[in-house]
Amino acid sequence: MSMLHDYLAEHSRYQTRRWFFRDCGLGLGSLALGALLRGSGRAEAAEGASSRPLLAPKAPHHPPKAKRVIYLFQAGAPSQLDLFDYKPELAKWNGKPVPPEVVKGQQYAFIKPDAALYASEFRFAKHGQSGAEISDAMPALARVADDVAFVRSMTTDAFNHAPGQIFMNTGSQQFGRPSMGAWVTYGLGSESQDLPAFVVLNSAGGLSGGSGNFGSGFLPTVYQGVPFRKGSDPVLYLANPAGVSATMQRRTLDAIKELNERRLAVVGDPEIATRIHSFEMAYRMQFSAPELVDIASEPKHILELYGAEPGKPSYANNCLLARRLVERGVRFVQLFHEAWDHHSDVKGGVKAQSAATDRANAALIRDLKDRGMLDDTLVIWGGEFGRTPMVEASVELGRSLGRDHHPQAFTIWMAGGGVKPGLTLGETDDFGFHVVKDRVHVHDLHATLLHLLGFDHTKLTHRFQGRDFRLTDVHGEVVQDLLA
Amino acid sequence: MTSERNPPATEPQTGNALNRSGRGRLLPPVIALLIALFVSRGQGASPTEIQKRGATHWAFRPMRSPAIPGSTDARIRNPIDSFVAARLLKEGLAFSPDADSTTLLRRISLDLTGLPPALDALDAFVSDNSSDAYDRAVERLLRSPHYGEKWARHWLDTARYADSNGFEKDRTRSVWPYRDYVIRSFNADLPFDQFTIEQLAGDLLDEPTRDQRIATGFLRNSMVNMEGGIEPEKFRVETIIDRVDAVGRTWLGLTIACAQCHDHKYDPIRMTDYYGFYGLLNQDDEPKLEVPNAAQQRRREEIVASANNFETDWARSTPDWSALEAQWEARVAEPVGHWEALDAKEWHSQPLKFEKQEDLSLLGGGDIYNNSVLRIWVETPLTHITGFRLEALNNANLPFNGPGVDADGGFQLCEFTVEATPLATSKSTTLTATNTASSTNLVHFHKAIADVEAPGWPAMATIDGNTTQGGWASAFTFGRRNEERRIVFEAEKPFGFEGGTRMLISLHCKPKESPLPNFMLGCVRVSMTTDPAPLAVDPLSSKQRRILQIPQAQRTADQRRELLHVFRTHEQAFATTWQAWDDLWKDWPKAEATTLALRARPRPRVTRLFKRGDWQRPLEAVSPDVPAILPRLPAHAPLNRLGLARWLVDLRNPLTARVLVNRVWQQYFGQGLVPTVEDLGTRSETPSHPELLDWLATEFMRRGWSFKELHRLIVGSTTYRQSSRARAELLGRDPYNRLLARGARTRVDAESVQDIALSASGLLNPKVGGPSVFPPLPDGVMQLSYGPIPWNTSEGEDRYRRAMYTFWKRSVPYPALTTFDAPSAEQSCVRRVRSNTPLQALVTLNEPTFQQAARWLGWRALRDGGSTDEARLDHAFRLCVSRQPDELERAALLRLLASSRAEFEQAGRDAATVAFSDPKNPPPMPPSATVRDLAAWTTVSRALLNLDETITKE
Repeated sequence: MSMLHDYLAEHSRYQTRRWFFRDCGLGLGSLALGALLRGSGRAEAAEGASSRPLLAPKAPHHPPKAKRVIYLFQAGAPSQLDLFDYKPELAKWNGKPVPPEVVKGQQYAFIKPDAALYASEFRFAKHGQSGAEISDAMPALARVADDVAFVRSMTTDAFNHAPGQIFMNTGSQQFGRPSMGAWVTYGLGSESQDLPAFVVLNSAGGLSGGSGNFGSGFLPTVYQGVPFRKGSDPVLYLANPAGVSATMQRRTLDAIKELNERRLAVVGDPEIATRIHSFEMAYRMQFSAPELVDIASEPKHILELYGAEPGKPSYANNCLLARRLVERGVRFVQLFHEAWDHHSDVKGGVKAQSAATDRANAALIRDLKDRGMLDDTLVIWGGEFGRTPMVEASVELGRSLGRDHHPQAFTIWMAGGGVKPGLTLGETDDFGFHVVKDRVHVHDLHATLLHLLGFDHTKLTHRFQGRDFRLTDVHGEVVQDLLA
Repeated sequence: MTSERNPPATEPQTGNALNRSGRGRLLPPVIALLIALFVSRGQGASPTEIQKRGATHWAFRPMRSPAIPGSTDARIRNPIDSFVAARLLKEGLAFSPDADSTTLLRRISLDLTGLPPALDALDAFVSDNSSDAYDRAVERLLRSPHYGEKWARHWLDTARYADSNGFEKDRTRSVWPYRDYVIRSFNADLPFDQFTIEQLAGDLLDEPTRDQRIATGFLRNSMVNMEGGIEPEKFRVETIIDRVDAVGRTWLGLTIACAQCHDHKYDPIRMTDYYGFYGLLNQDDEPKLEVPNAAQQRRREEIVASANNFETDWARSTPDWSALEAQWEARVAEPVGHWEALDAKEWHSQPLKFEKQEDLSLLGGGDIYNNSVLRIWVETPLTHITGFRLEALNNANLPFNGPGVDADGGFQLCEFTVEATPLATSKSTTLTATNTASSTNLVHFHKAIADVEAPGWPAMATIDGNTTQGGWASAFTFGRRNEERRIVFEAEKPFGFEGGTRMLISLHCKPKESPLPNFMLGCVRVSMTTDPAPLAVDPLSSKQRRILQIPQAQRTADQRRELLHVFRTHEQAFATTWQAWDDLWKDWPKAEATTLALRARPRPRVTRLFKRGDWQRPLEAVSPDVPAILPRLPAHAPLNRLGLARWLVDLRNPLTARVLVNRVWQQYFGQGLVPTVEDLGTRSETPSHPELLDWLATEFMRRGWSFKELHRLIVGSTTYRQSSRARAELLGRDPYNRLLARGARTRVDAESVQDIALSASGLLNPKVGGPSVFPPLPDGVMQLSYGPIPWNTSEGEDRYRRAMYTFWKRSVPYPALTTFDAPSAEQSCVRRVRSNTPLQALVTLNEPTFQQAARWLGWRALRDGGSTDEARLDHAFRLCVSRQPDELERAALLRLLASSRAEFEQAGRDAATVAFSDPKNPPPMPPSATVRDLAAWTTVSRALLNLDETITKE
C-alpha cells in the first residue's frame, strides 16, 4: 500500500471533521506519523487502531479491470459433468469400472476407487457465438453464454467439504487464514460509508467451512465478511430496541457523541475519534441496510428477471441483493448456496438446484450489463471441488446414482470485470477425470482475481508471526488466457 | 541458488510459506534478478547462515539477570521503572504523572479481574490515605475468584478452548472441566512450571490427580474433523500439527510450524527439528475422562467402599475361595481353541472409516455414526475352516474405552455374515461386491456363543438371517458394557477351497430401529479356526489372559480383582451371593461431565518425516527431540510429553520465561515489550526494553514462576501507574507508546465489554465455572453452521454470567463477542487484534443483554442514586466509568433525560416497552418511581453503557 495514499485518504476524511481540530487540538504532524507508521506495516500493534482509515478506499498496485466482486459460491460442489464438462465418451463406458491407470491411487470420501463410470443423463448443446457447451439443466445461463468465461480445468488440493471450502476461500486448508473477501477489502478498502465492505448472503444449508469461509484470520476483524440475515433487519443488532423511537435514538447518539468528544478533548486519544465515527456509521447503517434489503422497491420486470419475490428468501433474492449491494459501494459480496452435495441422485439434485439458481445467475449478468456495471464487476460461480465421473451407490447409506467428491477437475465460470467473455478454457480427459490442458489451480484463480482487481498477488501481504502472508501462499500464477 | 533458499527481495515472505502441493515452477527472469539483488544485499540466507544468525539472536541466548540501571529519578518504585526511566532519559522524556486514584482503581480492577470496581470499594479506596492503600487494593483483587477468570481467559486464547469440534459437523464437545481447571490454577497461583507440566503431561506424573489429568485438555483442544468420508489418520496428523503450533506459540514464541514442509526460512529450525518436536506429541491415545461432581464422587466412593467390604466379607466367609480360584485358573490356563487373527486385506464401512492396528484389530474413526456395516475382505489358504471368533475390544480412543463407537461405548451386533469364494475365480472388489451383499456362497452358521449376553440380546440372534433387527449385545449397564467381549460362530460344515479362499465378512451394526442408543462396534478383531466342532468361547479376554501369565504374587490389586470377577461369575455356586455385589453398582451415578484428556499409548508411535509435510509421503523415522538450536534435553529425560514439559520450564530454556512475561506485559500495556508476542525468532521486532524483558523473565523464575508475584511487580511500578493522557508532544514522538512515557489506554477485551455492562447494571451472576451457558443468540446465526445445534437461551442463574462462559461453537462463534475481536479458537491465539467498528456500536446499542443492562442500570440509579436527578446520574455514571461526570457531561446527560421524559409523557408512547423486557411481568419498582421514570433512565443508561470510556481501560 502506498503510504502517501493512506495518509491523504485519512487526511481528507478528518479534515472535514471540525471536532478533530476544534476539540482535540492535535496537529497534523502526529496524525501523519501515525499513518506513515501504519502504512509501513512496521507497527502491527497499531492495526485495527481505527476502522475508518483501515477501510478508506485505497488504490491497488496497477489500474484495475474490476472494482468489486460478486462470488456465487456453490457449496457442496456441483457436478461439472452434468453441467459444463461434456464427455460423450463416458456413454460408452457407462457402468464399467474406471481403469485403474486413470485413478492412480486417488482416495475418495465414500466410493471405492474401482467404481463404475456414470455418463451424464443431461443433454448438452453448444450455445451462443462462442459455442460454449452447457447442459439443458441451465437454459438461462446458456442464453448469456457469450458474456461468460468457463474454466473447465479447475483443480484443487482438498476433497472433503470443510477443508475444500476453506481452501477455495482462503488459499489454505488450515483454518484461521483470511478469506479472499477479507484480502480484497484489506487491499482496496470500501467505497461505502454506511454498509460493510464485505457482505455474505446465504440461501441454503449451513456451511461446511463455517464462518471461516469469510473470516478475516489474522487481519483486523474490520475486513471479515458480515453475514446478512433474512428479513428486514439484515445486520445483527441493527434495529433499535423495542420502544426506542427515531428521535430518541438520534438524541441518545447525540449525547454519546457529545460525551465522547468531551473525553477526546480531555484525554486526546485518537481512538475516541474513531469510536465517534463508528457510531455515526452504525447510525447510517440503521437506515441504509433496511433500505438496501427492501427489494420490493425494485420494478416488477427486474423482480421477474431474477425470479425474486420480496419477503421470500431465496437464492434469486440474494442475487438481486448482490447487485443492490455493489451498486452502493460494497466491495465484495459472497453468496453461499450449500445445496450441491449430490452423493445420490445427482440427476435430480442438479436439476433442482439449477432450477433454483439458473435464472437468477443469468439475470445478474444481464442486469449488471444493462447498468453498465458488468465491465468492472467480477462475477464468479463455482464450488469447492468437482464430482466424480464414477457413480456412487451404497445400500447402507441409501445412495444410488450419485457422484462422489472429485478434486482433480471441475468447472467454474466467471463474467465481467476484465474476464474474456465467451471463452471456454481448459480440457479434461475423456472421462472428465484429469485436466489435460490449461490447468488452473485454486491459487491461480486467486492470483487472477487479485490481478483483475489491480494487485500483484505476491505483493498484497500482511506480516504475521514474522512472516508476510498472502492469499496465494507461495503459489499462484495469473491465468493470462482468461484476461480480456 | 534455488527459489527455496532465497526468497526475492521484494517479497521475503514467499519462501517461508507452507508448501503443501509442491507445485514447483521455473522462476520468471525478473524474480531471478530480484533474488540476485537480494542476495547481493546480504539478506538472503543459506541454512548455515540461518543457523549462525540464530546462534547470535538475542532470544535464543541464555538469559542473565541484567544490572538494574542506577537512577535518581524520584518516581522510581521498583526495578521496572529503573529500566524504563533509563530509556526515557536517553530520549529526553520523563514519566507522566500518576493517574488519579479513581482511574487507578478502575485500571487495576479491569486488569486483574476484568470487572469494574464496586462503588463501595471505590469510595473506600479514594478516601484511604494510608501509604499501602494501593497495595492492599491489589492484594484484594488478586484474592478475588474473578482474578482467575480474567487471566484464565487470556490463557484459553492460547489453548484455543472451545465447546465444539470445528470443521463441518462441528459437534459439541465437553471440555469445560479443563477451562475450570485453568481458572482454579490461576486463583491458586499454581507456579507456571507446574502449570506447564500438568497441561502437557499431567497424566504422566506419578499417581496423577484428577486435575492433573483434566489439565491435558490443553492439547486436546485441537479441532477434530468428523466430516463424512474423511481419512481419520489425515486429520489425526492435523491435530498433532495443531499441537506443535500451539506449544510453539504458547511457550516458545516460535513459528515452529513453518518447518513442517521444509527447513524454516528465517529461524534455525530444520524440518528434522519439527518432526522431532512432533514426535514428542505423537505418542498418545485420546480418551474422554469422566468428571463426576462432588456428590457423585461421594456416591461412587460409597459404592466402591461397599463393594470392597463385600469382597472382604466374602473372602472371610469363603475361606477356600483362594484354593478354588487357583483350581479354576489351572482349568482355564489353556486358551480355548486355536485362533488365527485375520489380516484384513481390504475393509470398508460408510461413513465411519476403520484403520488396521498393529494387533490386526480394526479401529473406527472419522465421522462417528452410531450405526454402520463393516465389511472385511480376507484371503486364506486354509481349508476346513470351522468357525470365526469376533472380539469386541477396548481402545482408549473410543468413548469410555469402547468397544462401541458412540456415546457410552456399548454396541449391538445385528448379524454376522461370511461369503466365501474360491480365490481362483474371485475377481477383485467390484461395485457389486462393495455395495450389495450377494446371497450366493454364504457360509451357514448353526451356532453362536458369546461370553456374556445381555438379557434379550442372545448371541444366536446374530445368525438368524435378519441383518437389521435384534442381535447380540453384551451389557448396557454402566461398568459392564465397556468390557472386552467375545462371540464365536460355528459353521454348519467346514469350508475352504483348495487353492485358497476369498472371504467377505460383514458385521451388521445397523438396525432399522432399536431401543439402544448406540450400536456400532468401534474396535474389532476377527479370527478363524480349523478346530473340530464343537467350538467354545474363551471365558477370558486377551487382557485377562495376559494377567493369568503373571504369577499370582506379582499381580496388582486391580489385576487380582479382575480375575476374581471372571472366576466368580463362572462358579455357579457363587451366583446368589454375588448378586448383592452386582446390585451395588446399579445406582453408580453417571458423571455430570466428561472432559477430553490424553493418555500415553502403551507403545509410542513411530514418527516419520513427511516429504513436503504430506502425511501420505512418510520418509525416515525421526527420534523425538527438541529443536537443536535450543538447549538439549537432559541425558535421561523421557522422550515424551513429560520430557518436553520439563524442558520447557527448565531454568536454562531461554525462551519460555521471556515469552510469558512478554505476553503478560501485553495484557497490561496493549503491546508486548516485543510487539510480535507470537514470534521471538529472528524476524521478530526488536524489544523496546531488552534488559527489562530479561530482568522480568529472570525475576519471574526466581520468584518461583508465580504469576501473582509478576502482577504485583508490574502493577506496583510507576510505569504502570502513570496517567494515560496523551500529551500532544508524546503522541507525536511516540504514537504507540513504546517508550512508556504514559499509561496505556485500551479498549477492554470482548468479554469485559459485556461483563462491564452486566456488572454496572447489577445483573451479573458472579458464579465461577461450570458448563458453558447460552446467552441470547439472534435468529439466523446458527443457520450458517452445517451442524446447527438447538440454542436454548439460558434462564435463571445462568442467564447473566460472565461472557467467558458463553458456549463457543467454532463454526458460528458468538457474534457479540467476535465483533469485539474474541478469537475464533480455530488455532492458538496469543495476540488479539483490537478493532473499532460500526458493528461494535450496534452490539452495545441494541444487543438484548446490553438493553437489559440499560434497564437495570436505570433501575439502580433510581433506587440507589439518591433523590435528585443529578445524584442519580452521578451514581449511574460512576457505575459505568467509576469517576464523577464533569459539568459538561452532566448537563448533556440531563438534557437527554429531560427530552426522554418529555417523550414518554406524550400520549401513546409506551414507556413500559422500553423500561421492561417483559412488560406483563415487571420487576418491583424502585420507591416512588414511575414507569416513565424508568424508561427515561433506561435511555440515559443506554447512552452511558455506550460511552467509549465505559469499555476502555484508562
